[in-house]
Amino acid sequence: MFKRVINDAIADVVFDFEGAKITARSGESVAAALLADDLLSFRQTPVKDLARGPFCMMGVCFDCLMVIDGQPNRQACQVVATSGMKVARQHGAAELNIDQADPA
Amino acid sequence: MSTSYDAIVVGGGLLGSAVGYGLARQGLRCTILDEGDVAYRAARGNFGLVWVQSKGIGKPIYADWTMGSAERYPEFSTELLDRTGIDTSYSAPGGIHICLNDEEYEDRVEKMSTLTSHQNGRFKHEMLDRKAMLERLPALGPEVVGGSYSPHDGHVSPLYLMRSMQRAFVDLGGEIKNDNRVLDIQKSGDGFSVRTANENFSTARIVLAAGLGNKALAPMVGLEQPVRPVKGQIIVTERQAPFLDMPTTHARQTGEGTIMIGDSHEDIGFDIRSTPQVMQTIANRARRSFPVLSKAKIVRTWGALRVMTPDGLPIYDQSETMPGAFTAACHSGVTLAATHAMVYAKYVADGQLGRELEGLSVRRFDV
Amino acid sequence: MSIDIIIIGAGPAGMSAAITATESGAKVLLLDDQPTPGGQIYRAIEAAGDKQATILGPEYMAGKPLAQNMRSTNIEYVADASVWQVTDEREVGYSSNGQARLVTAPAIILATGAMERPFPIKGWTLPGVMMAGAAQTMLKTSGLAAEGAIFAGCGPLLYLVAHQYLQAGVKIAAIVDTTAKANRLKALPHIPGALRRWDLLSKGQKWQSEIRKSGTRIINNVRALKVLGDTKAEGLSVNAGGTWQNIPSDHIFLHQGVVPNVNLSFAASLDHDWDEQQLCWRPKTDQWCGTSIDGVYVAGDGGGIGGGLAARASGEIAALGSLAKLGLIDTAARDSKAKTARTTLRRELSIRPFLDTWFRPSDDFRVPTDDDAIICRCEELSLKDIRDTIEIGLVGPNQLKSFCRAGMGPCQGRFCGLTVQELIAKQTNRPAADVGYYRLRPPIKPLRLEELANLQIEEDENIKF
Repeated sequence: MFKRVINDAIADVVFDFEGAKITARSGESVAAALLADDLLSFRQTPVKDLARGPFCMMGVCFDCLMVIDGQPNRQACQVVATSGMKVARQHGAAELNIDQADPA
Repeated sequence: MSTSYDAIVVGGGLLGSAVGYGLARQGLRCTILDEGDVAYRAARGNFGLVWVQSKGIGKPIYADWTMGSAERYPEFSTELLDRTGIDTSYSAPGGIHICLNDEEYEDRVEKMSTLTSHQNGRFKHEMLDRKAMLERLPALGPEVVGGSYSPHDGHVSPLYLMRSMQRAFVDLGGEIKNDNRVLDIQKSGDGFSVRTANENFSTARIVLAAGLGNKALAPMVGLEQPVRPVKGQIIVTERQAPFLDMPTTHARQTGEGTIMIGDSHEDIGFDIRSTPQVMQTIANRARRSFPVLSKAKIVRTWGALRVMTPDGLPIYDQSETMPGAFTAACHSGVTLAATHAMVYAKYVADGQLGRELEGLSVRRFDV
Repeated sequence: MSIDIIIIGAGPAGMSAAITATESGAKVLLLDDQPTPGGQIYRAIEAAGDKQATILGPEYMAGKPLAQNMRSTNIEYVADASVWQVTDEREVGYSSNGQARLVTAPAIILATGAMERPFPIKGWTLPGVMMAGAAQTMLKTSGLAAEGAIFAGCGPLLYLVAHQYLQAGVKIAAIVDTTAKANRLKALPHIPGALRRWDLLSKGQKWQSEIRKSGTRIINNVRALKVLGDTKAEGLSVNAGGTWQNIPSDHIFLHQGVVPNVNLSFAASLDHDWDEQQLCWRPKTDQWCGTSIDGVYVAGDGGGIGGGLAARASGEIAALGSLAKLGLIDTAARDSKAKTARTTLRRELSIRPFLDTWFRPSDDFRVPTDDDAIICRCEELSLKDIRDTIEIGLVGPNQLKSFCRAGMGPCQGRFCGLTVQELIAKQTNRPAADVGYYRLRPPIKPLRLEELANLQIEEDENIKF
């Protein structure tokens, strides 16, 4: 599993992942924080319902898609974790109606 | 030396593939000559509606021809599935045209009654008020005042339709020859000799189904083909969980879950770029119709060129000076695919177009 | 305020282009999709301290003064900006903070950098399998490393990251090297050209020998790979010299070189050439990085792989080319200012023929042979699916795309385009260059419909940041 070999950033960000509290370093992505917490599988694919997780960590592969603050299909490697965020795995295709919150 | 065929279809788009499949289905030894990978392909920009309620308003001949194809679609798509195992995602839950204000609604009432008057009750539709619309499509937005519903309408994946027709064609012994842009067609004995950039062919019958390319090809067989490009732009979203039970004129959810949104008409020649300004207009209308689409993510936009005739109706002709040569042009390659394969191809095989197509000859433009 | 130059990408090329342009008085808008400047090579550089310097080395730390310099000049820098379209009328569509905008400028410099080449082996989609560049990104941004991982593939970056892992005191289960033995002989004639950056080669040698000394297992002459596991990676099955062996691990990092990230340049309909040496597409450019569209420039690895220093040099050259075109400097000033950058660029590119030949990924790793290896990750299409589709008799990737949806998912072909192209070439027995590439469409990154509907089209004088 991933471990912190450099630990110089302040761990002051706390977000919610499917009910669990995850601590993230200031400025790091949702994907990095979850990988550090030993989560590898971020979603189930829409075609064959197979598990996928972060792959490129630079925003080009779209395999780390998650539901973040009610918005489906967000790239977890591109979203900086902030306190109070609600994060969940993406199951299959995006649901249009779950998008209640209106993130600016 | 040249390879010899019973029939050559020039153009491997939706029209050419349907005709090619129809001819192979008649037992003809047939080839489809097509261009390369980046030809201007109307087929790739198709929206995928099998649509009756907007076609042939004021033109009964076209309304009949369209209705005939829609009626053949269930049999046609089942036949393709049986032959190829490819599911074209065809379904006909009926279709809806959305009106965003009273003016659009009144206009629609008039159009639907015109269409009804053409077909002696064969065309069925209902005008729906806002409440009735919401019963069918709960995701509609507050601006929607009403619309029209017709049970004849449906949709299909234009890409899988094309793939299945080509697969069935190849399985029946047909050959698809890419990178074979036709340069010359000559009368030769009882048939024709055809020269492309790469090869020579001879054939008893030839069908020109090359879309906008027909304009240059038709004179080679003594016909005219006054077609011009009209650009249509389309937006497609990521896959979404099902939310739209039936197709509408401007938005439909595909079998894969993506949402296709169109449509625009720009009369600007050969140009298939997607322009941000037009896309914005399309997105706006979609959002007014279905506010829930606001958060859907667009993955692709594109423009493709429609094949437009002077009056918007298809053109079908057979050459008088060079019997055995046919031309066909239309912008409804999806809706008319069933009839092209099951009816029109028979006419070509018989060497004689059906009488119902007389009114769709290019001669209608001679005044 | 009207903008003179829009620069897309704040990596080495974009940052140095922005600095050079601003120094000569140009108003520059610098758009970048990451939260902080640096691109991939200098990712998270602003937060790097002593610990990062020890683990990631001086080449990484060299980005710090560049980023500081960029910050200190008067550049309109927009982070977290997703550019989704560039038109041939030099309009740039981008989104930031949920608002889409369309801005125009007389010059645009694309500095979109590189991405890793697809590595389509069986099981490469399983959770736990990542690119080696991703492993490095996690080190840079979060100080994260995976204990007991496997590094598999070929190319300098593979050994660089492995070496950085060792510097961080992290154990590696194995390095599985897929470099073909035959490449060495082919690379020999390129040695004289490479001598100007011999320091790089000896550095590579030093990494390798340190890795060997650490006792890390290295497997050479690898012909085939399969990732083991059903729902997540459990190990790597390796065929070296004809025999298969299984190495267990939860983390597998793949790498076989980098290629220009060309989605934006293709979607902008720039002309591209197939580069047979680097096995990738690159936009056609002139000596000032100008492209087939007047006023559009391409700098850095997005125009062909040259590395970080070459990217900085070409960024300067593109900026000077734009400045002269805009009349902000004369051609004499342009030419003299570009001298140092040109010398650097020549020196940096001198080693490419050697590196590209030595580390050329083998045919079987570019086009897989396992029927069930996934080719298109988004639409979940296997080699068999794609091969069956080609069999109908199609000529190119665009017909293929329309027949089976390969390349139609959110990644827009980034991880299947090259594979599909080479697969069609192989199956139809034609050169890859003739097969061509996907015709790419905007938006090159998914865009919410409401963003497009609310698109703010900026007139020249009204740009607000």
